Amino acid sequence: MPNTSATIAGVHFKNPIVMASGTFGFGKEYGKLYDVSLLGGISGKGLTLHAKAGNPGVRVYETASGMLNSVGLENPGIEAFLAKELPYWETLDTARIVNLGGNTLPDYVQGAELIQRDADQRALAGKPAVDMIELNISCPNVKEGGIAFGVKTPAAQEVVRAVRAATKLPLAVKLSPNAEDIAEMAEMCEAEGADAVSLINTISGMKIDVRRRSSVFNNLYAGLSGPAIKPVALRMVHQVAHRVSIPVIGMGGITSATDIIEFIMAGATVIQVGTYNFMNLRAGSSLVEELQQFMHDENISSLDEIRGIV
Amino acid sequence: MATVISNERLVNGVYHLRVEGDYGGTMGQFYMLRAWGAYPLLSRPLSIHQVNDDGVEFLYHVVGEGTEIFAELTPGDQIQLEGPFGNGFPAVEGKVALIGGGIGIAPLYYCAKELQGSDIYLGFSREAFRTEAFRPLAAELTVDVGGLILDRVDFTSYDHIFVCGPHPMLKAAQLKGIAAETTGKRPKVYLSLENRMACGIGACLVCSVSCRDGQRKACADGPVFLAEEVLFHD
Ligand SMILES: Cc1cc2nc3c(=O)[nH]c(=O)nc-3n(C[C@H](O)[C@H](O)[C@H](O)COP(=O)(O)OP(=O)(O)OC[C@H]3O[C@@H](n4cnc5c(N)ncnc54)[C@H](O)[C@@H]3O)c2cc1C
Ligand SMILES: Cc1cc2nc3c(=O)[nH]c(=O)nc-3n(C[C@H](O)[C@H](O)[C@H](O)COP(=O)(O)O)c2cc1C
Ligand code: FES
Repeated sequence: MPNTSATIAGVHFKNPIVMASGTFGFGKEYGKLYDVSLLGGISGKGLTLHAKAGNPGVRVYETASGMLNSVGLENPGIEAFLAKELPYWETLDTARIVNLGGNTLPDYVQGAELIQRDADQRALAGKPAVDMIELNISCPNVKEGGIAFGVKTPAAQEVVRAVRAATKLPLAVKLSPNAEDIAEMAEMCEAEGADAVSLINTISGMKIDVRRRSSVFNNLYAGLSGPAIKPVALRMVHQVAHRVSIPVIGMGGITSATDIIEFIMAGATVIQVGTYNFMNLRAGSSLVEELQQFMHDENISSLDEIRGIV
Repeated sequence: MATVISNERLVNGVYHLRVEGDYGGTMGQFYMLRAWGAYPLLSRPLSIHQVNDDGVEFLYHVVGEGTEIFAELTPGDQIQLEGPFGNGFPAVEGKVALIGGGIGIAPLYYCAKELQGSDIYLGFSREAFRTEAFRPLAAELTVDVGGLILDRVDFTSYDHIFVCGPHPMLKAAQLKGIAAETTGKRPKVYLSLENRMACGIGACLVCSVSCRDGQRKACADGPVFLAEEVLFHD
């Protein structure tokens, strides 16, 4: 069997297939359809310190080869997650990643502290805890916070530095394709002690209802994901992977084993699968199988052989 | 993958699809369907019209890209189904009215079969379809073309009312339920909501419904909601 495993800051991924935040809930729903422990990892729905109701109005619109979403970080809040969802994660044999969002700097910091405290308690009790924090400074769908931090490097730097100081957990920073300079942003993350960078989040986009003469979204703009963004995502992963020495977690429009291989060849250590989960509810299990088959057919014995080869 | 048994055009733009296989489900639940590869991206939710030993049936209105592809299906074609999803209508007792507007009659046929002897109200804007199938299942069948079907229903004379139809009709039914309450008669009104969906299983939160007790998911907590719980914003 080809070796598909990877390691980021001591966190083991049995394969590079991680489910992307916001497209996999906390895994329970998909867990009814297949064994989610087959996966390399799960990045849970983006959490904020306090529960968030998300955006009103239309939240999804299909586009050519993609979709726009305007969920607006609806989530139960970190404490509810720790109490109600983490016990399910304990039962899984896969990397557990908490995706952390926020409105303000103190939100991010307090959120990270809560997660760290819980991880400490779990470590004492010998229980599995969160393996990694994925810091989301790139959500295009919340007015305050989110993307506001993710566009300009100095603003992002402040958040990354503060969160790095608040947690010892492995930290990946999720970057926005809407950043002014994504490679510079990644270099800053590395300098501030991030263990990895994740990219890309959705690309800010728009849809107009011509009969109503208005945007279909209350927030005007929404986040574009799916195969439509894959070429952009791949280019950014390639660009960033050649500028930093920390691992890159790549994503954007992945729907097949060959897509995964492209991202690995561009320099990604592991990848995430988002929108494809909606196109194929069994995306995780079918990709795990497809990747094995592809590597076997192409005589690739380990992903390390091809990582960053382009 | 499942096989299409038949895909009959009932009237202009409305089709009755029968799919072979061992597909379960209760009244008001739905399936996510796709009859294509990668594009269109998302699967389409359709309510169960009925389930029987041969398979599962749907009634759908052709409105866009996905349902246009469904309309091209012929017997023997392959189609992908995931489900059944959603909570469905509750099994109730007492005097029941089923009210459907247009393609909203789709899930009510299964309700009519399960709750035989209900009063059934079917409203259409232009052309009626599938009404004769409902007749033997109804205590009384009222069909209306061109009017407002809700005007034909006395909400105070029922214990339970199931409604499926366009958005304005659902809002109006909620108001009629509240008005009936003031007369002392309190029908429990259930609405089946048709929010846009992506996953269909409760993971993505794009189908969120504002309810009295906070945000709920149309796909997993619904599509059926007690009318009084739903907050209609527009
Ligand atoms: C739980 C549920 C049950 C449904 N049951 C039925 C049924 O039994 N019969 C039937 O004819 N229709 C039903 N609908 C509506 C049906 O899903 C849409 O008409 C269909 O998805 C339109 O797809 P399209 O590709 O033809 O249209 P397009 O306009 O090309 O679709 C674009 C996108 O919008 C979504 N969309 C468009 N219209 C609707 C709508 N009214 N509701 C939800 N999403 C929509 C599509 O799913 C797709 O993602 C149901 C919807 C839901 C949520
Ligand atoms: C419905 C939806 C919700 C999302 N929510 C989050 C989120 O809460 N946090 C986050 O960091 N990214 C979120 N994302 C972005 C995805 O994790 C991913 O970065 C993006 O969709 C690109 O990958 P894809 O093309 O494979 O979907 C969301 C995406 C979608 C489609
Ligand atoms: S459609 Fe994904 S949560 Fe309802």
